[in-house]
Amino acid sequence: MPELNLRQMKKDQSGTISSIKVGGELGLRMREMGLVTGTKITIQGRAPLNDPVALRVMGGILTLRNNEADHITVLVDSDD
Amino acid sequence: MTQPIHMALAGNPNAGKTTLFNTLTGARQHVGNYPGITVDYKEGFFTHQNQEINLTDLPGTYSLTAYSVEEVVTRDYLVNEKPQVVINIIDASNLERNLYLSTQFLELGCPLVIALNMIDVAKDRGIAINPETLATLLGVPVAPIIARNGQGTKILIDQAVNQATQQWQPRDISYGEDLDAVIMEMIALITEQQFLTNTYPPRFTAIKYLEHDDQMLQKGQQENSLIATRLEEKVTQISDHLLKTMDAYPEAIIADHRYGFIKSILRQGVQTHSFDTDRLYTSDKIDKILTNRLLGPIFMCMVLFGLYQFTFSWSEIPVSWLESLFGWLGSQAGTLLPEGPVKSMLISGVINGMGGVLGFVPLIMFMFLGIAILEDSGYLARVAFMMDRIFRIFGLHGSSVMPFIISGGIAGGCAVPGVMATRTLRSPKERLATILTVPFMNCGAKVPVIALLIGAFFSENKAMYMFLFTLISWVVALLAAKFLRLTVLKGPATPFVMELPPYRFPTLQGLAIHTWERTWQYIKKAGTVILGISILLWAMMSYPELPATRKADFEQQRQHISAAVTPTILAETTSKSEVVSEEAMTLRHQITVIDRLESEQALRYSMAGRIGLALEPVSTLAGFEWRTNIALVGGFAAKEVIISTLGTAYSMGDVKAEASDSLGQRLTADPNWNKVVAVSALIFIMFYAPCFVTVVCIAKEAGHWGWAVFSVSFNTIFAFLLATAVYQIGIRIG
Repeated sequence: MPELNLRQMKKDQSGTISSIKVGGELGLRMREMGLVTGTKITIQGRAPLNDPVALRVMGGILTLRNNEADHITVLVDSDD
Repeated sequence: MTQPIHMALAGNPNAGKTTLFNTLTGARQHVGNYPGITVDYKEGFFTHQNQEINLTDLPGTYSLTAYSVEEVVTRDYLVNEKPQVVINIIDASNLERNLYLSTQFLELGCPLVIALNMIDVAKDRGIAINPETLATLLGVPVAPIIARNGQGTKILIDQAVNQATQQWQPRDISYGEDLDAVIMEMIALITEQQFLTNTYPPRFTAIKYLEHDDQMLQKGQQENSLIATRLEEKVTQISDHLLKTMDAYPEAIIADHRYGFIKSILRQGVQTHSFDTDRLYTSDKIDKILTNRLLGPIFMCMVLFGLYQFTFSWSEIPVSWLESLFGWLGSQAGTLLPEGPVKSMLISGVINGMGGVLGFVPLIMFMFLGIAILEDSGYLARVAFMMDRIFRIFGLHGSSVMPFIISGGIAGGCAVPGVMATRTLRSPKERLATILTVPFMNCGAKVPVIALLIGAFFSENKAMYMFLFTLISWVVALLAAKFLRLTVLKGPATPFVMELPPYRFPTLQGLAIHTWERTWQYIKKAGTVILGISILLWAMMSYPELPATRKADFEQQRQHISAAVTPTILAETTSKSEVVSEEAMTLRHQITVIDRLESEQALRYSMAGRIGLALEPVSTLAGFEWRTNIALVGGFAAKEVIISTLGTAYSMGDVKAEASDSLGQRLTADPNWNKVVAVSALIFIMFYAPCFVTVVCIAKEAGHWGWAVFSVSFNTIFAFLLATAVYQIGIRIG
């Protein structure tokens, strides 16, 4: 199970958030939308220009810009 | 009769809050000033078992921090108005995240009832929820409901009425050893000093301090800066300690524990999944196509273009009905009323002025209906998602799409709710850039003018030209935004964490309310502001009247040519008959020419004519003659006035002959108008100063009159330069 930066994850890849290293407003926004350590996420897809990225989190869909996704590292599930 | 119970409705955006509000209150709601995005709270009334209930719809929020205006509004409302009970609506298919807000209501201590909405959707997704267990564990009543059809709402209100007798009772959630210890210390200090305890529970204040909540820190400093500073020191201490030992911010630990609290509840048999949680739902399958990187943008263009076709072709018939209704009213007034200023005011001021505006109500209504469908179905959020990358290039935000579209980005909105919708933007700079550029969009008041000019000069391909002019408004607005973000509004971008709500079929009631609210705003504006301005402009166009000697001159000319013919022909001329002899025809024509000359002289002599003429030396650079100037000056007050003033300016004197000609036909026939002038006028009208109501709104939203003044002068100068360029190039290439 490799650890990846969220930006590097591919479409339909899933994993568990292992850390979010950002404070302030962005950190708060991410947390109140359910992005906390231990949350399972799946990459739903990317916008036509590759940015932002859409994630499936807790039964809903969230979108993040790539430079925001940079703060999140994910323990990626193995492919099987 | 007992006192009405005061309830508030709160919850995450997209949890079905507006739907529940509409289901409960039906038509009995106070519409806020400018609805659409529920930022200003709406109030509704209903009776439940002889009990009057007064329900306030709070803006949708994910949390009770103070980063966005919605959150501040919700929080301030709860602590200042102290509603007797808060109905917290929760999306059952997204329980975990929705409960995050509920934990904060519990900490605030307001009497709470949870409305577990969309249990049908949750069931389809294989999520089974046990409301009784959830109620026991949270310590508040939980009512499963389906807001769309009202199922379960009776029980919900029963429970809410019961809860209304409860006292405010804050609940404690543990945030781990380190934080709990500090919180206890802070509570001791806060309680001892009665620090803000009239408004907030002590624990809530302590937690907000730990979350670095700006609004709370500010209020604390105002209340008692000594204690505030002591609290801040404690926060700094623990933050340093936590960063050193755990590499985490206090606010992150608070969020983790809130989710921990929620998870521990959900695990105790509250929620069970019968299928794989990662399964693709219908909505996700639709998204595979609609936000597909190739098909998504194509589909988006099709949707937007389809909206045009829908609005402009389907509304044509009702628009023509209304036009003939006002035409009929005008001709009735013409035959029934005696000659004089009252008749002139009624026909030129009231009927023509109002008719020009009200005639477009069907078109506006179709456009608002289309926008409501896109908004309520969840598609607009996808547009924001797909457009964010582009908007960011211009220093804006994906969420700027909403204000742009509401203001008329798909033609036919209104800049006033558009400017207000910018409240969802959190960065002050992106927000200001959006506020200042949304008035460039083709709002519902400009659409009739644009439609008129396109109809008159480019009738071959109306929808196509309309689309083209909308594209131009977008390009100009975005470039202007970029310009502002590079100069007066420099600064970094704000977070784009946004939710894509699942696709839903809009409810008929929701669509009807959304469409009607916005259309009603338009009608109301026509009935009040525009009517007043129309009458004022009529007066300016009619007075001062020509001096008696000049009037007598024209009368003498008429007498003179009438005296030249035999009495039989004269009688024939003044008769109502359509078929007359050739001599009588010629005489009629000659009299019409004199009449027109007289009314043109009268208009020139009037107040408005003098203003228009005074501006002519400058305005001819862009191809506008003095009569157009009158209309454009009127447009500073409201864009609707342009069309009605053009109507009046180009109809004075035409009352007797060819009265049935539409304004479009009159403009095409006028030697001062041609395609180049039409394009130049279109450009100027699209981009010059926002209407008066918008200017007031900009001042209010931007928090400073300076921005309103900036908007009026910047836009007008910019529009005039652009129009001049178009005209000068246009006449050279023919």
